[in-house]
Parts: sequence; structure tokens; C-alpha cells
Amino acid sequence: MNKQTTTVRRRHDILFIAVLLFLCAAAALGLYVFREDGDTVTVSIDGQLYAEYPLTEDRVVELISDGGFNRLIIEDGYAYVEEASCPDGICSSHRPIGHNGESIICLPNKVVIEIHRREQNQPDIIS
Amino acid sequence: MKNNMTATKRAAFLGLATALSLLLSYVEVLMPPLYAAVPGIKLGLPNMAILYLLYSTDVRYAALVSLTRVAISSLLFGNVMSLSYSLAGAVLSLSVMWLLKKTKFFSEVGVSVAGGVTHNLGQVLVAVLLLDTPQIAYYMIVLTVTGTISGIFIGLCGAFLLKRLPHEKFMRF
Repeated sequence: MNKQTTTVRRRHDILFIAVLLFLCAAAALGLYVFREDGDTVTVSIDGQLYAEYPLTEDRVVELISDGGFNRLIIEDGYAYVEEASCPDGICSSHRPIGHNGESIICLPNKVVIEIHRREQNQPDIIS
Repeated sequence: MKNNMTATKRAAFLGLATALSLLLSYVEVLMPPLYAAVPGIKLGLPNMAILYLLYSTDVRYAALVSLTRVAISSLLFGNVMSLSYSLAGAVLSLSVMWLLKKTKFFSEVGVSVAGGVTHNLGQVLVAVLLLDTPQIAYYMIVLTVTGTISGIFIGLCGAFLLKRLPHEKFMRF
């Protein structure tokens, strides 16, 4: 491989990397701009819907699954996992979630906690 | 390569390469997670060995070593669940790296970046299927950024290795 083709390929590399990073930035920005507050927390265990709670009421729930437990806290319009039996602790270190579509996933216990928006936006009648 | 390498030498060389990639897997297991909230952020050190094999030998040998590494490292450091994730990542990333290498459009760095990102993509796809939760795909945004950065690092290391460890010479013995 001569020097010139190496330079050309490196230029292609840089272009490729720039496109990838740009796509990520655009996707992240899009998600941030178009996010909506959620109002419902759903919990599924092993792919099955397990429970549904309103995000507006504070509560503490022990989610018992085959893998162990996850303690779910709902507080001030946000949900988070305070403590869990899973070895990696990914769910309990996840930041609180409160926007539509956000989720906390515990792979070892197969627990998925998701935020939804059930109430649709009221149409703006004042023009 | 086939002509100047007997079956014995090939077995010894591939065994050595497998041991090296397993050692790199072990080093990666020892490293603390960078950001615990998103699983899957890692350097992809074993890919350095796979990338070297892909460029210095043949995709068949790279695939053989990669699959053996995935099987053994899942037995040693993981479980059945981690085997499906690793396998999906390894198969997808090696296929993409092989095809991109054949196009000759990118250098080792671009190929390695594509390998890193598609490794994450394979794992995210398996997670989406196994957990039946499409929202996991959101992880791809963060994972593409980190996969790109680690892919650059691994690609530069791999290119350096290919230059300094002249495979044409030492494989003839």
C-alpha cells in the first residue's frame, strides 16, 4: 500500500467518523427537543406487563422477579431504582426518569421500568 | 499463507492468537465500568487481535479465533446470556469489518470503528429481541459515540501492530 492511498483512506476514515458523530449528536438533540413529561410508570418482568402506577403519586414498590428484587421509588414525578439484588447495579445507578419513553432496564432480573404519556396534550384553543 | 504454513504451525499460531485474545478479554473484564448507567461501554481490546488476524491472515482464521474466544470467555467470565450478546456482537462486527476491508475504502482505523459500532449494534439488537423492548435502541446513541472512540484507539493500535509485527516474516518461521 503506497503512501497516497493510505492518506486517502485516512481521509475517508475521518469523514466516516465525523458522519457517525454528527448522526449521534442529531439524534440526541432530537430526543431532547421533542421529549414530553410522562404520567404513567409501567413495569414488565420477563417481557410480561407486571404493574402500572401513576407517576403523580409517590410510592415505594418491591419488584420481585426470578432474579431477585428491585426497589422502585416514585417521587415528585420521577421514578428510580433505589436498591436491587442484581450484581451489576446498572438499574440502581440510573438517574431518575420522568419523560415519555424513558426507561430503566435491569438485564439480570429482566425488569423493564418505562415512562409513558397516557393523557394527550390538550389542544391549544386560544389562538 | 497456506503454502508456507504447515498444519502444525497453523495450529500453534492460531492457538497463540486465541490465547492472546482471551487475555485481552480478561484485561477488559478487570477494568471498572466507565459509566455504569449504560452497559456495553468498553474498549474492545480483543478486537485488536481480531483486526490483526483479519489483516495479516484471512477472514476464516479471524472468525475461528473470534468465535473460540467468545465461547471460552463466556464460559470463564460470563454466562449463557452473555454468550448470546457476545456472539451477536462478534459475528456482526467481523462480517462488517471483513466486507469494509474488501472495499479498500477505509484504513484499519475506519474498519475498526465500524467494527466497534456494529459490535454494540449486534448486542443492542439481541437485547431488543430478548427483552422485547425496542426502547433499548436509544442506548445506540451513546454506544455509537463510545464505540467510535474506542474503535479509533483499537484501529490505531492495530495499524501500529501490523507495521511493527511483520506477520509475513514471523509466520514463515
